[in-house]
Amino acid sequence: MSELASEPSAQGVDTESRVPAVEPKKGKQGLSEGKLAERRLGWLLCAPAAFVMIAVTGWPIIYSVWLSLQRYDLRFPDQQQFVGLDNYIAVLTDQYWWTAVGITTLLTVVSVVIELVLGMILALIMHRTLVGRGLVRTVSLIPYGIVTVVAAFSWLYAWDANTGYLNGLFGTEAPLTQQIPSLLIIVLAEVWKTTPFMALLLMAGLALVPDDLLKAASMDGATAWQRFTKVMVPVMKPAILVALLFRTLDAFRIFDNIFVLTAGANDTGSVSMQTYNNLIKGLNLGIGSTMSVLIFIAVAIIAFVFIKLFGASAPGGDQGGKR
Amino acid sequence: MAVIGGTTAGRKVRWSIVDIVVLVYALIPVLWTLSLSFKTTEGFTDKSFFPTEWTFQNYKDIFSTNEFIRALVNSIGIAIIATLIAVVLGTMAAYAIARLEFPGKRLLVGVSLLIAMFPQVSLVSPLFEMERNLGLFDTWPGLILPYITFALPLAIYTLSAFFREIPWELEKAAKMDGATPAQAFRKVIAPLAMPGVFTTAILVFIFCWNDFLFAISLTSTETSRTVPAALSFFTGSSQFETPVGTISAAAVIITIPIILFVLFFQRRIVAGLTSGAVKG
Repeated sequence: MSELASEPSAQGVDTESRVPAVEPKKGKQGLSEGKLAERRLGWLLCAPAAFVMIAVTGWPIIYSVWLSLQRYDLRFPDQQQFVGLDNYIAVLTDQYWWTAVGITTLLTVVSVVIELVLGMILALIMHRTLVGRGLVRTVSLIPYGIVTVVAAFSWLYAWDANTGYLNGLFGTEAPLTQQIPSLLIIVLAEVWKTTPFMALLLMAGLALVPDDLLKAASMDGATAWQRFTKVMVPVMKPAILVALLFRTLDAFRIFDNIFVLTAGANDTGSVSMQTYNNLIKGLNLGIGSTMSVLIFIAVAIIAFVFIKLFGASAPGGDQGGKR
Repeated sequence: MAVIGGTTAGRKVRWSIVDIVVLVYALIPVLWTLSLSFKTTEGFTDKSFFPTEWTFQNYKDIFSTNEFIRALVNSIGIAIIATLIAVVLGTMAAYAIARLEFPGKRLLVGVSLLIAMFPQVSLVSPLFEMERNLGLFDTWPGLILPYITFALPLAIYTLSAFFREIPWELEKAAKMDGATPAQAFRKVIAPLAMPGVFTTAILVFIFCWNDFLFAISLTSTETSRTVPAALSFFTGSSQFETPVGTISAAAVIITIPIILFVLFFQRRIVAGLTSGAVKG
């Protein structure tokens, strides 16, 4: 945050920075003018990006904390009033909120675990296949690139009671009207869409595994499984952690698939879905903001736990970086 | 690898089977949408994977209404503008991060990593209120701003990974010839960096093209609703009819750019997505 304050001034000074930058490139003595010019250029180049990112995230988050302490329903704007933590009490004692938290956690854990397994398999295929490597990679990018809502509609109509070619599979004509089948379909949609992304991140890790090491291991009689767990996984650990971190946080904000597939009916809504319903449908800014803040805190905790994990694996990370 | 066994031909056959499984996995939902978009109204309920009777009616329908065309224009305009701005700002910042020493660099990298992990829904409530007050609600800039913000971390990461691969001796040479750092950036490095910038632009565009949460929360009318958001407002020819055909046709249309990117720039996209990850 302190960075913010220094940027505008850097911008102001910079008009002269171009002039002295030419001569002092000869030596490295002290904080030469060249160094100063480099600093100013660095700030100048970063300032717009930093400004936009902080203006569109930092400030609104503070603002939403403020809103979350108000009673603020857009249908009754004149009743706006500071209510302290009342909104938090209302949300945290609400059974629907905790259902949504449970569903979101369940969906996140289940889909990320499946994605990790399938992603690893797909990464191995993309990395190893003897035929059509380009084709496999190209086609795998389609789920990654496709608009989530488009894919969600495809799954919706695939399971729909009237149009679906898959709708008999659960032994019920309308699986999307029941909780458990709905959740399974949501997981399927998530997994289908994001496994290739996971696979690409893991493939970056696979590229770091030295072939010689694998050959040596197999000469020593290691089975394929042993080579995988004893040679590949340790080298890939940093890549696996990065992939898990990104996907977990991404899965936790699941919205698009649920919106299209069930709209949160039959207790299938995520926390994002709840927030959207309170805010856009309910026009309750106070409660919506409270949920926003709570989700932000939850994500911060998840990220913190992962970064602690990263910290623990830092030596591995260095090794990976060195190649 | 010979240990895996079998003759070369045998292994090729086995790999081909594996490849086909991947192809089927990736393509089934796309083909299903494509098939639905060519089905007739009577054909939807036959539940067969491929249309028994083919029609272009659904495409004619969506292109005969203002609703879809307007949404398509919004999607294209917003995604392109947001991509351009994010890539320009991202390039500047990534260059500084990859090449220059200045205090606050780590902080910037930290902030953009935070934003990459940020729950977008947390921004929806405050942005909804702020944009209403600023008159940005339901306008193009109202969507472009959050898109730039969430695209910037992606752009900065991908680009700084690319920039680290550039032969920077050339920059030194240019500086020795008397160029300022700014000139070295403009004249020498920028042209070399173009492939990376282009790849980043594709990734950012895909991100903007994809967004649904902001699009549905920060718009309320046709003036700025993008296609993903507009799809859920499609109505059938009668109230009781679900607009399966028109939604599918619209879905196919907005999938076309993605398919083109993937077909022509597969290598670049893979390189772009993996380059940042290896660095960790």
